[in-house]
Amino acid sequence: MSYKSNLQRVLSEEKFAVTAEIGPPKGSDPNKIREKAEIVKGHADAFNVTDNQTAVVRLSSIGGCFILLKMGLEPVMQMSCRDRNRLALQSDVLGAAANGIKNILFVTGDHQSFGNHPGAKGVYDLDSIQLIQIVRDMRDKGIFQSGDKILAGNPDIFIGAAANPFSSSYEITVDHLEKKIEAGADFIQTQSVFSLEKFNIWMDKIRSRGLDKRIHILAGVTPLKSLKMAERMKFHVPGVDVPDSMYNRIKKSADPQKEGFEIALELINEIKKIKGIHGIHITALFWEDIIPALVEDSGLFPRP
Amino acid sequence: MIVTRQKNFDDLLKSITNGPVFIIGCSECATICHTGGEEEILQMKSALEKKNICVTGWVVLDPACNLQNDKRLLRKYKKELAEAKKILVLSCGSGAQTISEIIDNIDVIPGTDTIFLGEIKRLVDFEKRCTLCGDCIQDLFGGVCPISRCPKSMLNGPCGGSVDGKCEVSSDLDCIWDIIFKRLAEKGRLDRLKEIKKPKDWSKSTEMRRVL
Repeated sequence: MSYKSNLQRVLSEEKFAVTAEIGPPKGSDPNKIREKAEIVKGHADAFNVTDNQTAVVRLSSIGGCFILLKMGLEPVMQMSCRDRNRLALQSDVLGAAANGIKNILFVTGDHQSFGNHPGAKGVYDLDSIQLIQIVRDMRDKGIFQSGDKILAGNPDIFIGAAANPFSSSYEITVDHLEKKIEAGADFIQTQSVFSLEKFNIWMDKIRSRGLDKRIHILAGVTPLKSLKMAERMKFHVPGVDVPDSMYNRIKKSADPQKEGFEIALELINEIKKIKGIHGIHITALFWEDIIPALVEDSGLFPRP
Repeated sequence: MIVTRQKNFDDLLKSITNGPVFIIGCSECATICHTGGEEEILQMKSALEKKNICVTGWVVLDPACNLQNDKRLLRKYKKELAEAKKILVLSCGSGAQTISEIIDNIDVIPGTDTIFLGEIKRLVDFEKRCTLCGDCIQDLFGGVCPISRCPKSMLNGPCGGSVDGKCEVSSDLDCIWDIIFKRLAEKGRLDRLKEIKKPKDWSKSTEMRRVL
């Protein structure tokens, strides 16, 4: 069987997948992203490159992915609907595919008011579900959104989407995930999991509807680097649920960084046991160099 | 004024599917636009009845976007509303949502498309003047707004598609930059066009609420 990407291979062979996020720099120096890539290389099956995440301008996802490709890392290019209309998005999918990018994850994007250009006009010509469906049709039917035929090469993309199990009622989030499956998503990376209790309830609903059989779900893991970060996650990031017990452990710890690492390891070990979870997605914000230890100590190294 | 256009009747029938229907119009913009005044409501009523869709009653709200006033006016139509399975609203999209806010047990169908905020040129001739961007800068352009009247919303126009005073989007459309140029020339203020206009602050266009 031939696979679109290494990530698809690992998931299809029913091995527990690991993806990790590499945040591109605020500048054009390629060494910044190369340094991060060198550290995490070999410790995940594919590496997400974010697309002006939190509406802050950074080196583009497509540009960052090209750097990773040259280094032999498989990227997951992220594409947000905030900054480009359907012409640009479709054209960048073609450009990415032509240059060897095989996984793309589509998100609607954080509103521009949160970022460093709050006066920007948000595009939002499409939302993530529409874009997923369009790219699926580009790949499988060879047509653009307009219905026009693709003339030279359908982009053979392994399609990713995001899900937040903690954002609103389970009824809404599970229906929404199903909609992404219907639209054509092949894999899901979830919002970082801190509350296993809530995540397990969500997964119960997912399994009871058989959705875990229809899509590969990777659970988000974010090691908390400091008390400050735990506080930010707990009190300021909407849709993130850090339980009191976890927060207190970090608050009371003499070494919050070590505690944060331990918590992340425990989370990974618990997540591995959850039926229907096919892997983890590590987002180590400002702490990418912890990724190798996290993967090794949780028994997920070497990668298949 | 908020300019609306009545939806295609066959499309409306598809949305309504079955009656009975109660029709709501608006005394302000939709009346002036001839999309949702008394006259248009009566036309709509007879068109629906010809398709065997019963109309239980109708009212022209004054105006439809006034929440408390609507609640008061609609009280008189309790019986007619109770008999209806659909409410057809011939006002702008804002008015239709006010109705949905009041009536939650009957499907509210918008009967018009809201197209722009603009000027009444003549009785049945309307032109776009404003996109509600939240940051009015028309004084910089001789009192002509390029955000709403240039299809590219350029602030340093014209673009290369402006030919002989016409817009590249349609030869029926005057290039607004041609008009801006002429107006500023008349005022002896062409210097205003020389300065590079900075990117616009669109954050003001996302404001969702204002409380007086």
